[in-house]
Parts: sequence; structure tokens; C-alpha cells
Amino acid sequence: MPRGGQTRISIVINGDRVEVPAGITVAAALFNVGVSALRTSVTGEPRGAVCAMGVCFECRVTIDSRPHQRACLTPVVDGMHIQTASIS
Amino acid sequence: MSQRPDAVVIGAGIVGAACAEALSRAGRRVLILDASFAGGSTTAAGMGHLVAMDDSPAQLALTAYSGKLWAELVHELPKNIEYEPCGTLWVAEDEEQLDLVVAKQRTYSDFGIEAETLSPTQLADAEPHLRPGLAGALRVPGDGVIYPPNAALALVQRAIKNGAELREGTRVDAIGAREVLIGHERISCDCVINAGGAEAAQLTPGLPIVPRKGHLVITDRYPGFCHHQLVELGYLTSAHTMNAESVAFNVQPRATGQLLIGSSRELVGWDGTVNRAIVRKMLDRALDFMPGLALTSAIRTWTGFRPATPDKLPLIGEWEDTAGLWIAAGHEGLGITTSLGTGQLIADLIVGVTPAIDPMPFAPSRVHSTAGVH
Amino acid sequence: MTGLRVDSFPEIVAADVAVIGAGPGGIAAAVSAAERGLRVVVVDRGLEAGGQIWRRKAGAAAAPEAQPWLTRLADSSARTINGASVVDVRPDAGGFEILVESSGRPLRIWAADIVLATGARELFIPFDGWTLPGVMGIGGTQALLKSGASFAGKRVVIAGSGPLMLPVAASLADAGAKLLLVAEQAGRAAVARFASGLWKTPGLLLQAAKYRVRFLSARYATGTWVTAAQGGDRLESISITDGHHTWREDLDVLCTGYGLIPNVEIARLIGCEIRDGAIAVDNRQRTNVNHVLAVGEATGIGGAPLSLIEGSIAGSTVGSVETASGHLSRRRASLVEAADRMLEVFAPRAELRSLPHADTIVCRCEDVTYGAIQGAACARQAKLYTRVGMGPCQGRTCMPSLDFLLAWQADTVRPPVEPALVSVLSSEVADEAASLFPLTSSVGEAYQ
Repeated sequence: MPRGGQTRISIVINGDRVEVPAGITVAAALFNVGVSALRTSVTGEPRGAVCAMGVCFECRVTIDSRPHQRACLTPVVDGMHIQTASIS
Repeated sequence: MSQRPDAVVIGAGIVGAACAEALSRAGRRVLILDASFAGGSTTAAGMGHLVAMDDSPAQLALTAYSGKLWAELVHELPKNIEYEPCGTLWVAEDEEQLDLVVAKQRTYSDFGIEAETLSPTQLADAEPHLRPGLAGALRVPGDGVIYPPNAALALVQRAIKNGAELREGTRVDAIGAREVLIGHERISCDCVINAGGAEAAQLTPGLPIVPRKGHLVITDRYPGFCHHQLVELGYLTSAHTMNAESVAFNVQPRATGQLLIGSSRELVGWDGTVNRAIVRKMLDRALDFMPGLALTSAIRTWTGFRPATPDKLPLIGEWEDTAGLWIAAGHEGLGITTSLGTGQLIADLIVGVTPAIDPMPFAPSRVHSTAGVH
Repeated sequence: MTGLRVDSFPEIVAADVAVIGAGPGGIAAAVSAAERGLRVVVVDRGLEAGGQIWRRKAGAAAAPEAQPWLTRLADSSARTINGASVVDVRPDAGGFEILVESSGRPLRIWAADIVLATGARELFIPFDGWTLPGVMGIGGTQALLKSGASFAGKRVVIAGSGPLMLPVAASLADAGAKLLLVAEQAGRAAVARFASGLWKTPGLLLQAAKYRVRFLSARYATGTWVTAAQGGDRLESISITDGHHTWREDLDVLCTGYGLIPNVEIARLIGCEIRDGAIAVDNRQRTNVNHVLAVGEATGIGGAPLSLIEGSIAGSTVGSVETASGHLSRRRASLVEAADRMLEVFAPRAELRSLPHADTIVCRCEDVTYGAIQGAACARQAKLYTRVGMGPCQGRTCMPSLDFLLAWQADTVRPPVEPALVSVLSSEVADEAASLFPLTSSVGEAYQ
């Protein structure tokens, strides 16, 4: 990944392709495109990132078919598929 | 308790709770004593399976009887007992084990327990995450899974509705003739039931009950990954043979969608620290059967102590060395399953009603005979 | 140690010192140990070194005070493993085996000594509506901002406790957020006392002023706190009170938190003594467990300058019999004093114990309400009956709040310290590699 953060890469969020700067986290990318519900709680509430440092586990999303990935700790990667609010 | 209790039950784990529930239902005034809180000890550490097991005819009789009682009761209990009627699959790795499966199917059927053999194709359909190449399985649809701490609590609450009293944070110091001692307090009663589980021998020396440590690992939520409780046939050998250490594949889908992975057995006294090497062996064995578990996220590991007896049968009945003392302990890995049957047996024996199954194999007096508990 | 043989097993790293955490404390410990010639490995969850306070997007420039330290770390012989979570630590044959999950794969670090620099996390106090998307931590907002989130044009309220709010307010203002209000729950008198005491540490006073200048357009209120949040599927408004009047604000983002609490889980797993919620250390940063040191926020909240000093002390202590230099100790003493004063002033007020109602969720992982847990006598009983603390965060979010609300203590820590793949937990070291034990450190013989 080139340094400088100006490079834009392409990821897929809930089936929609978006361009985001390289070097940001998945949580930041979701925040920027306005996706507020990252996961659904065990009683069906929408939840978003809270601590953004990997402690609270509220930001879990499915990335490339792997569930329970902490969006706040995961850097965006070109071609990544992100699914939000798909599993508690 | 303002009035003298008829029965004092020591231990509010699932077995003590079931004894208290049955005795209170039979009209006895029951005082339940627990050193910490209901369902907090071995009951909280186990897998919570409701399973018919045929290590011996007596074990099959008790698990089958108790299973029927659970089937009748489970819908009257609160939802937080998380009852899942998922059934059990006993998995056969090869033709030799498949023969055991066929024999087991016959044993269960003869006993009135619904059981069917599955071919490799049927097995793969039933559980797509099991590795290919297995020889088949025995499916026992009547088995299930519950969440034990809340089940124990629910049984205690039923007993309380029938007039029982619960005293938590109360450790009994000694059992005497028709009495228990707590510090300077002497509580007299008609009978005492030692349902102290793995610690029962501390109050009744001479009980051949030793702690048999187990490990469990629980994952995050993966609903649909697994539909039945899965057990390898080797589990029976592991449970049966009192060797130093063994692991056996046992995975359970919880109502939450989490996967509970077991099992291990060791005799290391009361050391509850997590043994990483055993956890590795246990997980490796699980991966042998379900490779897909490799990518699941494990969130916690813990240990617990099964109350083990030399002949794999619990002690249910009178302890003649002390007047009025009854034992309801030593259930190894079947405490949850056989709790209701144990409670009913104890109540029937104390009240003087003929029990539904033969209580002789469980008689604590067998400890004293050469043909008894070895 | 025969480095060549160990290098042939990529899943193992051998070192004299393993530093857990690459915030200021961990970086300072790593560089000073490495510059003494020790083999140092640093493990950090983040994508780059810097911890929380020096966090930035991958490839972005670091803050001016961070850059010299990051350069020193990069130039040193210390090896940093990023994006890695510590799963387990156990003593083994004269050292420690640290199991790490890195990009889904197991990695084992064998080290003679450990420096814990695990930092701190925010204390959250549950209130109605706090689970709505858009309600975030104060440090959480800062972390999200620094990892690339855009707050331009967002209506933001920062409400909670402690001086952390100032730099975050400044950063948000710089980023174009519409900062409506900064609400400190500590009363005006308490804050004034703290400000007047800052003359002892003029650097901090100047810093505070510099922050305030950057968000002058926002209201700053003391003795004020949020009581509830409202919204459908995301945050739309909040209720705020000053103890007399309660009013509403419409907004997009609420940043809330009530100070920092040390991350002591790994320390507890190892058996270190914990005092007042922090890892207990002596004046050379040693814990009560031989060969385990601890630095920074994990030993008590005190800010980056203090962490740097403590890291340097640890880096010069580890594996040697040298005493810490007198100059470092004096500077540390004055910073510790300032930190203690700050903790006193900004301690969450008693009224905050009334924030959660019976139907307020206190355990976010398992959606357990405050009402559901109240009958229990202790945390463990509540956990077994209601599932509070049984989720992936293993009580890290809910237990500190229940300690504040009910004086409950968290349950035992067991491996995995944080969720780990079953493949990582079941991994074994190849027999040939295992035969390289017992580990002998190059300076191990120097102290007992």
C-alpha cells in the first residue's frame, strides 16, 4: 500500500462499490459513507462503533464472508467486501 | 427457617435443587443451604446436555427416566433456561464404530428411546460442517441442551413456591444425626440430603467422590453452524476409563448461536487453572471432526470439576452411618440430565413411595461391599 | 540464543524483552532496552505504533511530539509486530511464552522479561439511549477521527469527564465539526481548583489554553452532564442537565466518557497485583511478578509525558541491576502528583449513579438491562443468571461501570485474553522448535 494516504481504493459495502482513501479503517470508511448500524444486537438494536480501539466489540462486521471482524482495527483493502448488520 | 425443617438439602446445584423441588412437592418443609449461590458451582461449569447414555443398564435407566421428567417439565420453566431440543448425534469414524452405533440403536430402542442410524450421506445432510469420510452416526432426537444455572435457579424457585427456604452464602460445617451444624447454629430436622457434588465427601468422609476436571471453550455466535449436539463414540471410553487424562469430541449448539466445545477429563485434585496443552488437544480433536471450527472465534475458556465415582454411577439413597442422612451426589458428567430423576428418587425413598426405577444400583451402601463401588 | 535456528520457524520470535503495547510507554521502554543491546519485540493491536494518543491513519504524519519517538523506535533494533492481539501469556522454562494472533495466524514470542504497556480504555456509564449509533466514547471519537473518519459539518456534543475532552474538542473543531457544547460533569469550583493548581505544571496550563482557543465558538459548561439520548435507529437528540434544569440538543454525534481506566487484564492473567484498578509497580516499574514490569496508563492514569518517563525507567531496569536515574524519578514524581490531583477533581459525581434505569442496557454484548442484574449479590452471580459480561468483550465495557454503580468486581481472567481463532488456540509449536527451550537470556544471569 503506497504511503501518503492520498491513494483511493475501491471497496464494496453491502453490495455497493465505493471509493475510499487508502490507509483508513473500515469503521472510518463506514462512518464516512453514512452507514450508522454496523451490527445488530442480540435483541435487534442497531449498533455502531463506540470505543474505536478494539475493546467494546460493537463495531463487528462481516468482511469477505468472515463474521465478527472489528471494523475499528481493520484497514481497508482494495476489493474488500463488507457486510454490516448481518449477524449479531 | 422459623419452623423446624423436615429436610435440609445441602447444595443448591442442579441435583440439590431437584431434590428440594421434589421433596417440597411431596409436602415436606425443605431448607436449602448453599455455600455461595444456587447453580454456581459445577452446575455452572458444565455443558448442560440432556442426554440418554448407556455406559451401563442402570445409567441408561436413570438417564431415560430423567429425560422423560425433563420433557414433561421443560415447558413450565422460564425461557432463560434456554432449552434447545437439538438431539444428539453419536458420530462413528469407521466401520468398527458403526457396529457400535448399530448396537447402541438397538439398546436405546429396546428401552423406548427413539434412535435412528444415519448413513454417511444422511449425516452430511444433517451436519454439513462435519468432515467428509465419517462412517455414519446414531441420531437421538429426544436429547437436548439447557443452560444449567438458570435451570437450577428455576427448580429452587419452584421449591420456594411450595414453602421451601433458601439460604445462600451458608457453608455447612458438619452433618450430625438428623441435624446440620453451621458455626454455633444447630439445625435439627428429620433428614439431611448431602447434594454437595464434587465436595460431598468433605461433609461425609467415606463417599468415594473425587473431582474430575474438565475444560470447555465457547465461541462467538455462529447460528446455523451446527444443529445437533455432536459426540464421538470415544466419549464413552473417556468418561468410563478413570485414567489420568483424556479428551473426546463434543460440540453443542447453544440457543444463542454460540458453539460450546468440549470435552476433557483429568484427575488433578482441585487445580482449576486452564491447562493450555489439554485445551489444544481438545480443540485439535474437535477440528478432526469439524475443520470449519478453525475459523470460529473462541471468546472464553473455563474449567469445572465433575463429581466422579469409581463405578460411574451416582450415590442416591440412605447413608446408614448417620441417622437421617441421604446422599444425592457423584453424577460425573450427567448431573444435569439425571438431576430430576435423582430428585424424584430421593423424594420417593424418603416419603416411602416405590420409585419408578430400581434404586439399588445407586445405593450408597454399595460402597461398603466388595462387589460395590470400585 | 541461537537466532538462526529460531528464525527458521516463522511462527516463533525469541527475545530478551517483550513489550506489550506500542503507545508512548511501550515505545520508550522498547527503545531504551534496545539501545542497551537487548533483543526487544513489541506487540501492538494497532496498525502502527503510537497507541491511542499518537494514533493516525496508515501512512499519515505523526504529531510533532510523537515523531522523534517513532523515529527512534524505527531506527532501533526493536522489532514491532502490528495488528497483533495478545491471546495468552504463560511462564515457561525460565521465561514467558506469549501467544499472539496476527492476521489470523498464531505467533509465539518467547521472552525472558515482559514490559506491560497495555494503556487504558474509557469508563462508560450507561444511560437511556446510549446504545444508539452516534453515541461514542471521547477517546473513541478521537480514535475514529485519527483513523480517517470525517466529522466535517457534524453537530457534536462532548459530555463527560476529564481533560481528555479538551484535545478531542480541539481536533474535532479543526476537522470542521460543528461543536455545540463541551460539558464537564465536575463542578465549576472543582475545575477552577484544578486550573489554579496547574501553575505547578505550567506546560499543562499552556496546553489547556492552546486547546481551548481552537474551539472558542463552542459553549463550555461545568457541572453539566447528559442524562439520556433519543433517536430511532441512530442518535437524534440528547437530554442534558446542570442539576437544576434539563434541556434538549439536536445533534449527530455525542462523545461521552467518564475518564480512563487501566487495561489490567493481561496483568491479572499473569498474576500481577492490582491496586486501585491499576498494575502495582515499584519505583523501577517492577510488578510483584519476577521479570514482569509495567509502565504508562496501565499503572495509573497520568498522560503521555509520564508514560514516556516510566517507559524509559523500565527500559533501563529490565534485565539489569541498575537503579533508575535520580533525575527521571523527580520528574516522574511531579507528574504523578499532577495526575492524582486530576483524578480527584474529575471523579464522576454521585448523581451519575442514577443515570441507568431498570430498562437501560448495561451489557451491550448481551443486551442485559440494569433491572435484570440488580437482584444478584455479586458480579459472578449476575453473570451466570443474566449473561452480563459473557460476550466477546468479556466485561471490559460493563464491569467497570458496574464497579462504579454497585462496587462489583470483575470475574477471573483466563485465556484467551481477547477472542482468538480456534486455529490459533489449538496451534502447537513444532517439536524441533520446542526443543530450543529452556530459553536463556543474554543477560538473564545478571539478576535473580
